[in-house]
Amino acid sequence: MATAAAPNSKLQQSLALYQSTIGKKYVVAVTGAVLFLFTIGHMLGNLQIYLPNAQEALANYAKLLHASAELLWAVRIALLTCFVLHVVTIAQLYNLNRAARPQSYVMKTPTMSTYASRTMYLSGPILLFFVLYHLSHLTTGATHPSFVEMDPYHNLVTGFRQPMASLFYIIAMSMLGLHLTHGVWSMFQSMGFNHPRYRNGLRNFATAAAAIISLGNISIPVCVLLGILGKDLV
Amino acid sequence: MKLTLNVWRQSGPNTPGKMVKYDLPNVNEDMSFLEMLDVLNETLIAKSEEPVTFEHDCREGICGSCGFMINGKAHGGFPKTTVCQLHMRHYKDGDEIFIEPWRATAFPIVKDLMVNRSAFDRIIQAGGFISVPTGSAVDGNAIPIPKSNADRAMDAAQCIGCGACVASCTNASASLFTSAKIAHLNLLPQGQPEKLDRALKMVTVMNEEKFGSCTNLQECEATCPKGISIENIAIMNRHFVEASFMQRPAMSEGGAG
Amino acid sequence: MTLNSRIPTGPIEKAWESTKFNMKLVNPANKRKYHVIVVGTGLAGGACAASLGELGYNVTAFCFQDSPRRAHSIAAQGGINAAKNYRNDGDSIYRLFYDTLKGGDFRAREHNVYRLAQVSVNIIDQCVAQGVPFAREYGGTLANRSFGGAQVSRTFYARGQTGQQLLIGAYQALERQVASGQVKMLTRSEMVDLIVIDGKARGIVTRNLVTGKMDIHIADAVVMGTGGYGNVFYLSTNAKGSNVTASWRAYKRGALFANPCFTQIHPTCIPVSGEYQSKLTLMSESLRNDGRIWAPKQLGDKRSADQIPEGDRDYYLERMYPSFGNLAPRDISSRAAKRVCDEGRGVGETGLGVYLDFRDSIQRLGENTIRERYGNLFEIYERITGENPYKSPMRIFPAVHYTMGGLWVDYHLMSTIPGLFVLGEANFSDHGANRLGASALMQGLADGYFVAPYTITNYLADTKLEKVSADHIEAKGALENAEGITKRLLNAKGKKTVTQFHRELGKTIWDYCGMSRDEAGLKHAIGKVQELKEEFWKNVTVPGSGSDLNQQLENAGRVADFLELGELMCIDALDRNESCGGHFREEYQTSDGEAQRDDEKYSYVAAWEYKGEGAAPALNKEPLTFEYVKPAQRSYK
Repeated sequence: MATAAAPNSKLQQSLALYQSTIGKKYVVAVTGAVLFLFTIGHMLGNLQIYLPNAQEALANYAKLLHASAELLWAVRIALLTCFVLHVVTIAQLYNLNRAARPQSYVMKTPTMSTYASRTMYLSGPILLFFVLYHLSHLTTGATHPSFVEMDPYHNLVTGFRQPMASLFYIIAMSMLGLHLTHGVWSMFQSMGFNHPRYRNGLRNFATAAAAIISLGNISIPVCVLLGILGKDLV
Repeated sequence: MKLTLNVWRQSGPNTPGKMVKYDLPNVNEDMSFLEMLDVLNETLIAKSEEPVTFEHDCREGICGSCGFMINGKAHGGFPKTTVCQLHMRHYKDGDEIFIEPWRATAFPIVKDLMVNRSAFDRIIQAGGFISVPTGSAVDGNAIPIPKSNADRAMDAAQCIGCGACVASCTNASASLFTSAKIAHLNLLPQGQPEKLDRALKMVTVMNEEKFGSCTNLQECEATCPKGISIENIAIMNRHFVEASFMQRPAMSEGGAG
Repeated sequence: MTLNSRIPTGPIEKAWESTKFNMKLVNPANKRKYHVIVVGTGLAGGACAASLGELGYNVTAFCFQDSPRRAHSIAAQGGINAAKNYRNDGDSIYRLFYDTLKGGDFRAREHNVYRLAQVSVNIIDQCVAQGVPFAREYGGTLANRSFGGAQVSRTFYARGQTGQQLLIGAYQALERQVASGQVKMLTRSEMVDLIVIDGKARGIVTRNLVTGKMDIHIADAVVMGTGGYGNVFYLSTNAKGSNVTASWRAYKRGALFANPCFTQIHPTCIPVSGEYQSKLTLMSESLRNDGRIWAPKQLGDKRSADQIPEGDRDYYLERMYPSFGNLAPRDISSRAAKRVCDEGRGVGETGLGVYLDFRDSIQRLGENTIRERYGNLFEIYERITGENPYKSPMRIFPAVHYTMGGLWVDYHLMSTIPGLFVLGEANFSDHGANRLGASALMQGLADGYFVAPYTITNYLADTKLEKVSADHIEAKGALENAEGITKRLLNAKGKKTVTQFHRELGKTIWDYCGMSRDEAGLKHAIGKVQELKEEFWKNVTVPGSGSDLNQQLENAGRVADFLELGELMCIDALDRNESCGGHFREEYQTSDGEAQRDDEKYSYVAAWEYKGEGAAPALNKEPLTFEYVKPAQRSYK
């Protein structure tokens, strides 16, 4: 029989925690929470494109973000750490879960799980690929046709005028919506918060947040393609 | 009614298995699913074929012996129903039914539809108890327990250990089973002295037994024949993390004696 | 054989206390040198194995299921009695003692029953401490309900799953000992013979149900908590696996079998629906607290229940037994239902059923209260029958549920083979000719937690035990015997399946040795069972081999023993020329159809002794004397 001896130091405790599936889920939940908050902030930033003087507003916003290189990099590193931890931990759990059932069922029918929850392993990798593309597209400009440093408005509009790029953004943001629909609710459950009184409320909150974030972001490439945004740029 | 059954046949843990098709012409709608299999077995014996091995005992939904996948759902997927309590009136003439054993690394197949669920016993051995030797108890009413706590503990304690949660989970996780026991005992005042230790040890053994992790899909709750809530999993997560951080190292000079 | 029941002398209130004080003890360091085998891990066996483990003995426990948590104790629904008097309604140890003895129709030992009532209070405390989630009042104290055969509320319950919760408590205590290494748990192992060396029980032979391998296990004492034999009827509320094999093979090794004809027919079960039926499902007796039992007044009234007006309904229990009404004891309620159906007033398609109606209590208390009390039972009913009992009354019919008879034991729960202890339903000791509701759980746990650990210690301390090994000739003989049975079963290669034989046996016993018996019927049944037994060994078909998992083979061995037991039941019923409790002989009834005891001639325990294959069993009598409660005709009117 196995026993869990009490670990001696804080570090050992944390490592022991990480060894367990529950600890791993905590890591996924905590990093997921950070990334979720980031997606909200990011979307709010994006939506400035609907302001009357969008080009100037976005440029000021970019300047604000770049005001302190140290702070910017600190945030970037923190986000990157969360992102990497989120992905690596999930990958570990994925392997563990495959090993828990090596022979699959001849027939398996879902009963209560949502489409979103069953497709996390699809939406996740798509989002990973999307993030890489997105960084090269609108942060470094490597895959952008006419990238202009510190002019997000220009970069967005010209970037989204390419239908294939926009299409990919739309698909990826739909995936983000799906991912968050399950992920945000799941985050509370993994961290140990589930109460019959709030269970439905949390579910609805997760769905609403996911819908707002994905639709808010999707609206931008759609509006660019429809010509509603970027009339001032030729 | 007439049914076509596809039943998983496997002669032992290390031999390959396969689906075998059987036609069953005379099924009565008032039969239970297991009685339908009894009829199949009687016809197989009459034909000098080996009957299908499946586990069953009380046949009233409480012992937790029976259980297999029916058409891809644990116990057939009807609310709060074990296969012994599932009646054939839920099926109709001409239906084709797929029957498979629970599948999980932690539940190796013994024969046909029978699996080895002793991993559950080992999880209980790790801490699924209150250490109270026979004869050392105080009067039953000396520990008042709020009715709501007793009711919640009872909700969790109803688990019959059938393994449907593991079987229906995409990840073959035993989180619902383990958490039901942790919640049952940790919600009661009697369970407090061992609360954190229990969560820590039971989860550790659950992981060692090679069950998967919980990804909050709720398939377990939906197919649990006792309707045990995944709220218990949240309780387990909370107590486990609390235990992981708050557990004190063992006293180097021994305890109080 | 003279039966020494070792009943202590002195006042009954002090009897158990003084017995315990006079017992020999084993010092803590020596306990680990003793090895005790416990067969069966239900309430009695599980509780005993856990308690012995705690004491420091080396224990090996066996069960045929895949886990001790699945023992059939788990299916008990209603509750467990204890003389706590928490309700302030006049309960006491003496009253529980009196009720149990009277309920058993004065065919139990006073001292055993008194001890049972005494330790009942400890059981509740122990189970609460283990975390059994008993029902609570809003103030946090334990709740109680009333039960058949008693006028006080002394039954503790955990929804409709009391047996489950108590068993899980014992199971957890047992697993704690397994974890600590004190108890070695061997699951999927069936006891197939008892090893008796120098007249003492020294071990068992088991068959590993997965590999088919037979093994010898040697010990200093053997404890059997192997349950009842209700499955002799084929259709019963017992689990499919419940069997008499362990008890029967011990009987064949010299343990006496007491009162085999005392079987309990439970009044509230779901009626049989068809030929394919494999078992019957009980609806807890607690339903009778709020449900009213009735049948139509007119013969063959085919109207649906809601079409029958109040005036055309016969609430026959309330009519016949006004002071106990719907809470009349089980044997009486069952017989009343049978009589109503025999008259042709039965309901449902088969005419074998009466109504259990909640209409009035739903009106009085509201559907929610009823749901809270019996919700899971109503669900079970609806699942099985497809009818909603909140809307239309349940249909119920009596079914075999419990067997009061079992291996004979003395006050120390030891059988006539020294070193073989028998606990719970497997013994005969506490319920006489009829068991009251919520008393089976009480007895199983009393035996397992609070009686056997003392008496086994006393036996070990008081007995000189030679060192024996698995090579002993008796051990090998037992192994060969068990292997021989398996071979015979596999080699019969006949035409009829085990289940067919079992069904025929069950029908014969139900028809002639069921709710009512008479001389001609019993004689007929004995002949019929003998024929069936003969045919069985020639014409049974058991597919597969003995060297792997073979459920048909397991079942065949059990049915072979049921066939022999069935005959003994009829012999016992024929011998007992009186009616008492669950044993109702048509010839012996009062003018108003109640059971008529014959205390002068039959105030004894009938303990049957095996005399060899084909020989008639010998009857040994343990006279029953009543110092404290004067036997009277049981009246629940």
